[in-house]
Amino acid sequence: MDQILGNIGLLFEFPVVNLKIILDGIMIGALFALAAYGLALVWGVMNVKNLAQGDFVISGGYVSWWLVQHGFPALLGVPVAFVVMWGIGWVIYKLVISRVIERDLFTSLLATFGLAIMMAQILNLMFGSDTQSVDLGYDTLYFFDGFIDVPIAKLIGVVMAMSLAAGVIIFMKSSRMGQAIRATAQDSRAARVMGIDTEKVYAFTFSLNSAICGAAGAIIVMVWLVQPFYGISYSIRAFVIVTAAGLGNLPGVIAAGLGIGALEQYGAHIFGIGYQQAVAVMLLLLILLYRLIQQRRNRQVLK
Amino acid sequence: MARNKTILYSLILAFSIVAPFVFPNFGTQLATLWLMIIVALTWDMTGGQMGYNSLGNIFFYGTGMYVAAVIAIGLVYDVGDYTNAAGGGIYKFTDLEYFGGMALGILGAGLFCSVCAIVIGSLTFGLRGPYFAIGTLGVAIATGELVSNWDWVGGGQGIALPVYPGDLDTGKIYFYFLFAAIGISVFIFVKWLYGTRFGAAINAIRDDEEKADAMGIHTLRYKLYTWAMAAFFVGMAGGVSAFQLIHFEPLESAYQTINLGIFMVVCVLLGGKGTLWGPVVGAILFHLFKEVTWNYLLGWQWVALGALIVVTVVYFQDGVMGWLMHKRPQWFGIRIEEKIAGEAE
Amino acid sequence: MTAIIEVRRVSKSFGGVVANKDVSLAVKSGTITGLIGPNGSGKTTLFNSIVGYHPIDDGSIRFEGEEISSFPVQQIARRGLLRTFQQTRIYGAMNGVENMLISLPHRKMKIWDALKTFTKEDYERADHLLEFVGLYEKRMLKSGDLSFGQQKLLEFAMALMNEPTCLLLDEPTAGINPTLINGLIDRLKRANSEFGITLFVIEHNMRVIMNMAESIYCLAHGQMLAHGTPDEIQNDQRVIDAYLGAH
Repeated sequence: MDQILGNIGLLFEFPVVNLKIILDGIMIGALFALAAYGLALVWGVMNVKNLAQGDFVISGGYVSWWLVQHGFPALLGVPVAFVVMWGIGWVIYKLVISRVIERDLFTSLLATFGLAIMMAQILNLMFGSDTQSVDLGYDTLYFFDGFIDVPIAKLIGVVMAMSLAAGVIIFMKSSRMGQAIRATAQDSRAARVMGIDTEKVYAFTFSLNSAICGAAGAIIVMVWLVQPFYGISYSIRAFVIVTAAGLGNLPGVIAAGLGIGALEQYGAHIFGIGYQQAVAVMLLLLILLYRLIQQRRNRQVLK
Repeated sequence: MARNKTILYSLILAFSIVAPFVFPNFGTQLATLWLMIIVALTWDMTGGQMGYNSLGNIFFYGTGMYVAAVIAIGLVYDVGDYTNAAGGGIYKFTDLEYFGGMALGILGAGLFCSVCAIVIGSLTFGLRGPYFAIGTLGVAIATGELVSNWDWVGGGQGIALPVYPGDLDTGKIYFYFLFAAIGISVFIFVKWLYGTRFGAAINAIRDDEEKADAMGIHTLRYKLYTWAMAAFFVGMAGGVSAFQLIHFEPLESAYQTINLGIFMVVCVLLGGKGTLWGPVVGAILFHLFKEVTWNYLLGWQWVALGALIVVTVVYFQDGVMGWLMHKRPQWFGIRIEEKIAGEAE
Repeated sequence: MTAIIEVRRVSKSFGGVVANKDVSLAVKSGTITGLIGPNGSGKTTLFNSIVGYHPIDDGSIRFEGEEISSFPVQQIARRGLLRTFQQTRIYGAMNGVENMLISLPHRKMKIWDALKTFTKEDYERADHLLEFVGLYEKRMLKSGDLSFGQQKLLEFAMALMNEPTCLLLDEPTAGINPTLINGLIDRLKRANSEFGITLFVIEHNMRVIMNMAESIYCLAHGQMLAHGTPDEIQNDQRVIDAYLGAH
């Protein structure tokens, strides 16, 4: 308890610490937001709640890591992970997801949970259970007498995450496929009547989600670590963000992603690093509870 | 028909009693099978019969373990000192202290978990469908993480309980019968419960909760009681596990979300959701599959298990009993249109 | 005669859309009262407000003299004020008898009563009411396989099983084969006279409502337009205009 109070005191004593925490939070939050946007897309378009979301992220990280091990430049990892995970996402869609779309939501939740276990274990068998990362070999910038350190690799990571998000937004707004996806999300039956091949839209959406996650993972491996069993924590964060922001609300997802990144860093600072996972899950519970109370005021439930 | 059933039940009971003596090498596996049956049957109380798919029932298992251990230790020693020393054989338990502590611990675990179910349930039962599943999963994960940071109960190291005071084989049989006794009690209990008005009410909640509300059924109360009953049995099973395992820790053995936490759901789906025998049949099949893959698929067993989950959920969701019900509806007393039409002529 | 339901100046809006504005009405105990109005005039919203499905913005709703506007659905249902749904809601996976048994009134049940099995009387009562609505022959069928009209009858029987003092029926004849409507009117009237249940009915079919109700309220654009006996309503120029869209 004393330690917690001490940590809180530190925030007031050295306000610059806040800046560091927020910066760190925003940088990791940008990557959470990518995974969360993919989840919101799949959830909104085909009503599938993907619990394997985090494992797509981790798989993307390993794709990039493998490339570097085989002598390819690290920055190539991001586009390659995007393409490879696109393919994997498409296969998973055809084998599993396409068969759970019309079923109740618990089915998709459980099927993707099984998928998550499988993917984590396959990664474990292929690459071992050690944490892995890719060192870009760039310098670290220091501000405020070294209080704040910003590795250039992290900056590059954030810029790449932002350009990826921007690319997806432009694609969804202006391309034919993007329009078809948005139409299907609003009313799949009407979309089908209007001649949209919803099956194709679903396959595309799920592959796109997988690819976004893969690219996010390739960025994560450059700035942090990956490990076969880290997937679940990314899945939980994606759920936290989507539950907080709601579906089909991209600015909301980005804001919630950044906010949750920052909150989590604060939690880790105050309670200690051992509580990081617990803080993420508690945030989920708090948000669920908040939404529940909101609904209860209208005598409704959270469906 | 009734006589056939009596014979069937007697045979199963007789087999349950002689099994550990006939297959002494599989004592622990058979005990685990009973554990699977317990968690599957209790999961089906909310998941299959009431329509609330919890992914967090493992919370009661883990909490049961800790409560039972803390009670058994706390009756004799200071829990903080005990866990600090990590057991280590310094702390001795007499037979009375061991068995008395175990009995009180297991019972206390069940009761404590029932209370937890009421508290957590009153917060989470406003969540429906996938939100309920995610919310309960969150509760289980969060508790595991918090407990692993709680030094008083041993933190990430967990707790080492005293060893069974007799010889090893007797110990195995002892724990087998503890699990079997709880398992049989659960079965008899749910068989009776599903035949009462209570059973009808929770089925009504599953099929259309809004309609049940509109009919004036105390939906929240029924949901809480059902979960509390399930939690009672799971908590007791957790308590037995704590003593059987001797040493347990929070993330891998107590709050094992992705192991037992998901296995119980798969057992129920495999056997048939919302049926009396489904969870039992599913638990047996799943346990067999798991033991076989663990022994023969070196390293790949987890992948096979994940695949089993996916295949069950995607392709075989009605389970064995659901499939039988579809193929042989007359076995279950379901009448179909043609028969009525035939009678009318 | 006293009013069993008293609605006073109730308003309800969804976002910017005003569904009910300053609606007042009274349903007299033991009568059949009708509620009519063009599509979108706020009839079902008013029903939902009365049974507690959503909170109201303003006003008061009393049932047997007790203010119920702050109660949730189940509490109101347990006081004996029940509703049926416009989109019929029955338990499709169960057969007719099971549907009836589930509908036993829980307000008369203590929790330990719930741990008993259904009694012979329960079954007899279920059979009797199924016979009353003409579904006795079909009682063992999965009720999801029944026709829409039969499902409506089953829902009605379920409501009777619950022994309400007052029953709100949302379009009981919608989607029912015209040849069966007379039989249904007859049963509704008998439920009122034999079981003493007060009925409050939303209905689009004018012939039905004029035939049944002693007193009729007409809503238009969320506001109470007219109130009177069937004759008065039939000859009220404002009601005719509202239905013909001259409003």
